[in-house]
Amino acid sequence: MTFVGILQILVFFGIIVGLTKPVGTYMYRVFEGERTFMHRVLGPLERLIYRISGIHPDEEQSWLRYSGSLISISIFSFLFVYLIQRLQGYLPLNPLHFSTPHAPSFATAMTPDLAFNTAISFLTNTNWQSYSPDTTMSYLTQMTALAVQNFVSAAVGIAVAVALIRGFARHTVKTIGNFWADVTRCILYILLPICVLSTLFFVWQGSIQNFNGPVTAHTLEGARQVIEQGPLASQLSIKMLGTNGGGFFNANSAHPYENPTPLSNVLQMVLIFLLGASLTYMFGKAVKNTKQGWAVFTAMSVLFFVGVFVCYWAEQRGNPIIEHMGVASSYTGTQPGGNMEGKEVRFGIVQSTLFATVTTDASCGAVNSMHDSYTPLGGLVPLFNMQTDEVIFGGVGAGLYGMLLYAIIAVFIGGLMVGRTPEYVGKKIEQKEVKMAIIAILATSLCILLFTALSSVSQFKSGGYWNPPGPTTANTNNNGPHGFSEILYAYSSGAANNGSAFAGLNANTPWYNLTLAIDMFVGRFLFIIPALAIAGSLAKKKMVPVTSGTLPTDGTLFVILLIGTVVLIGALTYFPALSLGPIVEHFQMLSGKVF
Amino acid sequence: MINAPFNAPIRPSEHKTEIPEHESSALISKGVRARPLFDPEILKRATKESFLKLNPWHVVKNPVIFVVEVGAALTTAFVIKDAFTKGPDIFFDIQISLWLWFTVLFANFAEAMAEARGKAQADTLRKTKSDATAHKVLPDKRVEVVSASALRTGDVVFCEAGMLIPGDGEVIEGIATVDESVITGESAPVIREAGGDRSAVTGGTKVLSDRITIRITSNPGETFLDRMIALVEGAVRQKTPNEIALNILIAGLTLIFLLAVATLPPYAKYSISAVGGGSMPSVAVLISLLVCLIPTTIGGLLSAIGIAGMDRVMQHNVLAMSGKAVEAAGDINTLLLDKTGTITFGNRQAVEFIPVEGVSAAELADAAQLSSLADETPEGRSVVVLAKEKYNLRGREVSEHEADFIPFSAYTRMSGVDIDGRNLRKGATEAIAQFVAELGGGVPESLTRISDGISRNGGTPLAVADGKKILGIIHLKDIVKGGMKERLTSLRAMGIRSVMITGDNPLTAAAIAHEAGVDDFLAQATPKDKLEYIKKEQAEGRLVAMTGDGTNDAPALAQADVGVAMNTGTMAAKEAGNMVDLDSNPTKLIEIVAIGKQLLMTRGSLTTFSIANDIAKYFAIIPAMFAPIYPALNRLNIMGLHSPESAVLSAVIFNALIIIVLIPLALRGVNYKPVTAGRMLTRNLLIYGLGGIIAPFPGIWMIDRLLAVFHLA
Repeated sequence: MTFVGILQILVFFGIIVGLTKPVGTYMYRVFEGERTFMHRVLGPLERLIYRISGIHPDEEQSWLRYSGSLISISIFSFLFVYLIQRLQGYLPLNPLHFSTPHAPSFATAMTPDLAFNTAISFLTNTNWQSYSPDTTMSYLTQMTALAVQNFVSAAVGIAVAVALIRGFARHTVKTIGNFWADVTRCILYILLPICVLSTLFFVWQGSIQNFNGPVTAHTLEGARQVIEQGPLASQLSIKMLGTNGGGFFNANSAHPYENPTPLSNVLQMVLIFLLGASLTYMFGKAVKNTKQGWAVFTAMSVLFFVGVFVCYWAEQRGNPIIEHMGVASSYTGTQPGGNMEGKEVRFGIVQSTLFATVTTDASCGAVNSMHDSYTPLGGLVPLFNMQTDEVIFGGVGAGLYGMLLYAIIAVFIGGLMVGRTPEYVGKKIEQKEVKMAIIAILATSLCILLFTALSSVSQFKSGGYWNPPGPTTANTNNNGPHGFSEILYAYSSGAANNGSAFAGLNANTPWYNLTLAIDMFVGRFLFIIPALAIAGSLAKKKMVPVTSGTLPTDGTLFVILLIGTVVLIGALTYFPALSLGPIVEHFQMLSGKVF
Repeated sequence: MINAPFNAPIRPSEHKTEIPEHESSALISKGVRARPLFDPEILKRATKESFLKLNPWHVVKNPVIFVVEVGAALTTAFVIKDAFTKGPDIFFDIQISLWLWFTVLFANFAEAMAEARGKAQADTLRKTKSDATAHKVLPDKRVEVVSASALRTGDVVFCEAGMLIPGDGEVIEGIATVDESVITGESAPVIREAGGDRSAVTGGTKVLSDRITIRITSNPGETFLDRMIALVEGAVRQKTPNEIALNILIAGLTLIFLLAVATLPPYAKYSISAVGGGSMPSVAVLISLLVCLIPTTIGGLLSAIGIAGMDRVMQHNVLAMSGKAVEAAGDINTLLLDKTGTITFGNRQAVEFIPVEGVSAAELADAAQLSSLADETPEGRSVVVLAKEKYNLRGREVSEHEADFIPFSAYTRMSGVDIDGRNLRKGATEAIAQFVAELGGGVPESLTRISDGISRNGGTPLAVADGKKILGIIHLKDIVKGGMKERLTSLRAMGIRSVMITGDNPLTAAAIAHEAGVDDFLAQATPKDKLEYIKKEQAEGRLVAMTGDGTNDAPALAQADVGVAMNTGTMAAKEAGNMVDLDSNPTKLIEIVAIGKQLLMTRGSLTTFSIANDIAKYFAIIPAMFAPIYPALNRLNIMGLHSPESAVLSAVIFNALIIIVLIPLALRGVNYKPVTAGRMLTRNLLIYGLGGIIAPFPGIWMIDRLLAVFHLA
């Protein structure tokens, strides 16, 4: 690790710390329905939307009605995205004629299972891409189906977090807010303004925005290169800000148009963490003790730093096998050293590992390097980040409500240890809360472990419908533990709604499309519904006054307890699986064997 | 408020009396009913019970232990299969299966141990419930001897010295001393009399003197003794809300681990085909891993902790109607304490003689003593005693003199004596001033000053006059019990506010509240005020505990989250509260709070310990399980366990033995000190969290050494 490298990580984190309070305060005001400086411009628009869609923003909903609204918009979103994809051949803005008889030979067919997988993927804020966008999706599909979902699914996630925050902040009421108003305000006042600003920045840095078809270039070496074009910049900001991560191009944020410079790289990472971090401040402000918010923020930060430094250290250290071959792998003034396989030279090791950690801390899933090419320990970090349900700032909303569910478990055990029935920010944590938190954590581990198990052993006929390559393990690029990691990574990414791929796994077969769709669906909704149920249950409770007998949840001790809970539950659940993947691979690498 | 009956009146010589040793030395003291933790009789009973509890219908109620039992049954089936097929692993499988059965037995034993103590107690109680006879008074006043079990609510019986009271009831006529040791364990007899707050009698207790007539208030099977037997026996035990929540948590964890282990064979199969060699982990090893991972420690001890908590309350001679009430005690934010008898000794006592100008203190003391000789109230006696102590004035035999005693009347508000021609009077300052004025005497101007000074400080001034001359004032004072301030301070550290309830005027109340160090007080409190206060506190989210004994306390007792009724109190009070203090000691509430907290802490600490243990077990079993496929994984064998079999066996044995090791802790409860939550958490996290991570490493390593020495694996 180099001084400049460490400095870059610290500077990035400093920006996040600096933005957390102002943006958190702004978000708090927006969701409380208070007037902000943006209301002068957007207020009339907000009222117009309410009038057109018949929303009464002050009509409060119980947690069941709130969930009902959420489910109804989800059903609509799913159908809309599915149909646009299936019908894209008949629709305009399709310069390459995908899904038509005139489609180019390299195009991927829009099969029902792929459309299903993609619809679920964008509905659940996962943006897992079983397809290569540049060879599959028309511009219309990208703009109206996928980009719109990037906004909606992000707003839904934030709305759930806001509802849960209200559950803690309110007392002795039955309602947790109005879903429609929350989603509208989120998109209008938070997502859109930030996206507009950052899009201009990306265009300035070199991103493109056009409706042209691909252009052909002749390189200096005389080779012919096809360069994709399209309406990219407009989709770029929300892909990051909404922690969606679905790339416009297959190369995602490694593509020069999609992430032109180190500067744009930093902004992309800032956008990924921005809302997740700010929500912690909003939480503290809502429960009238900002220290509570900062405590959650601190726990997330510690986990972030451990992850990023392990990953950075492992990659900078490189592969001892290559070093034994006589290849210099230490850092020099002109050479990055370490493991540069699968990394962009314009980002180098530190900006790649930082991006990999950030994108899996949050449920973004955009990538600027190939995680598949990381050293075993370097690859373990993103994998473990996802398996702990991405609570390190996390997906927009999802990170906070995920962390609060862990806080419920932590407080339940810790609270007992101080001799009281547990309470968190003034609310008693009882049967219902524990049950719901356990359901959420159980659901994701069920999907990850079960589907990985099935895909490690399932046998299909070669050339058959379900999995044309034959056995499900035949879809991996590598064999041995690394192949296992590829499968484990895919389902971890799906259940955690991350969407990044270890790559190396050909997932566009009906088997993987379907199981991953279920994986993503369960990982999203069996987390959201319990979180909302907790919100409803908490809102009904009385506020317990804080005394010296109360477990303090705004100090170092609680931070340690929370980190311990997240790591311990994650480690205990996934240690056996990880030991057959990255861990054994690491030991074997040390003894000179790679896969 | 009423004190414990038959308490000798407090004498001034007890001014410096501290709270009795067993109350003040530790917040949780050994009660009168304490039995040694491992009484041989209890051990025997518990061992037998732990085998009976192997019944799957019983075990299924505890999901964690049920999983272990199913695992034990499965491995046993494999042992039988091995026996027929001469499998090579039979010796290993037998040991695994034995230790899994032990794990279930140990968990059963923990529960049986906790229950056995209550059951032994219930047996003792049942013996006293032998079929007594009752002398039933018929409407026509004839007396009929019937069996006690034939009595119904509303029947009237009489009891004489030597008779057992046949059922719960209310004294409607007479007064008697009653031996209630059956219930309270206290051998000193108590007084029961018709009317007032001492009228309730309990079936099974014995009349020692005199004769009382009782109206029966409960049907057979519903008596206090019946309820008590059911309670101590645990027959009516229901899981408390917190216990259910914890059960959900550990059942959830069990499911997660079940998943983690059940998905291992496919992973192993993939790995084998990827590597092209190695062997699948055996079923016995997989079951071992599962049993080691699921929280068997807390799963096995959870119900024992709950029962033992109830039992600890019982050992303090408090009958908790539900475990929920004990748990709620741990959460109490506000403690309502009656001033009289709890914070202060029962009665006001004379502490000082303050003469007016021109009178000596000894002169005042002499007159005060003379005027009080016939005054049998505690206040009166305290005047006599103070004069004796301070001025060495001996109580004189009044019969030697021509004395005419004037008793206290509410009209004159004074009492006194006419002796040897002197008219000695003592009473309220205004009353004495008026008495003197009527005789033509003057009131010294210092009198009001002294009197007001005493009132302001919470004392009661009692003026003394000799004829038309005012001598001075006796300062009567409520004496705050020694050690009370310290206890209230430790309560505050635990985050509990203490509120003093008193019938005194606000001025007096404030002074005593200040002296005792309570956080708040409720002066001139009526039962309605108490109820309102509790409701107000609860509306602000606080949990309230109180004690009470009178019928008029019943609504407040019912409203409070923890209502402790005194056993001396009325039936209405006992039924309204959720605990009955058999000692009728109002400060007991403080111990109950500590027990409640200890109960919750024990649960949390052992859960943490149980989960933290898993890390070491992974390091034992994972390399043993997968090294045949990936030899590189042997690097995870950081304990250097000598063979895969012994690694698995050591982990399973450790997992089983830790239950036995922790039984005393579960029954006694973790060490509890009244400190802030932050410090308590730090301490418990270090001991049970960090300790839980570290402890199994040397433990498993040692077992592995032993197994190697004895060639068991």
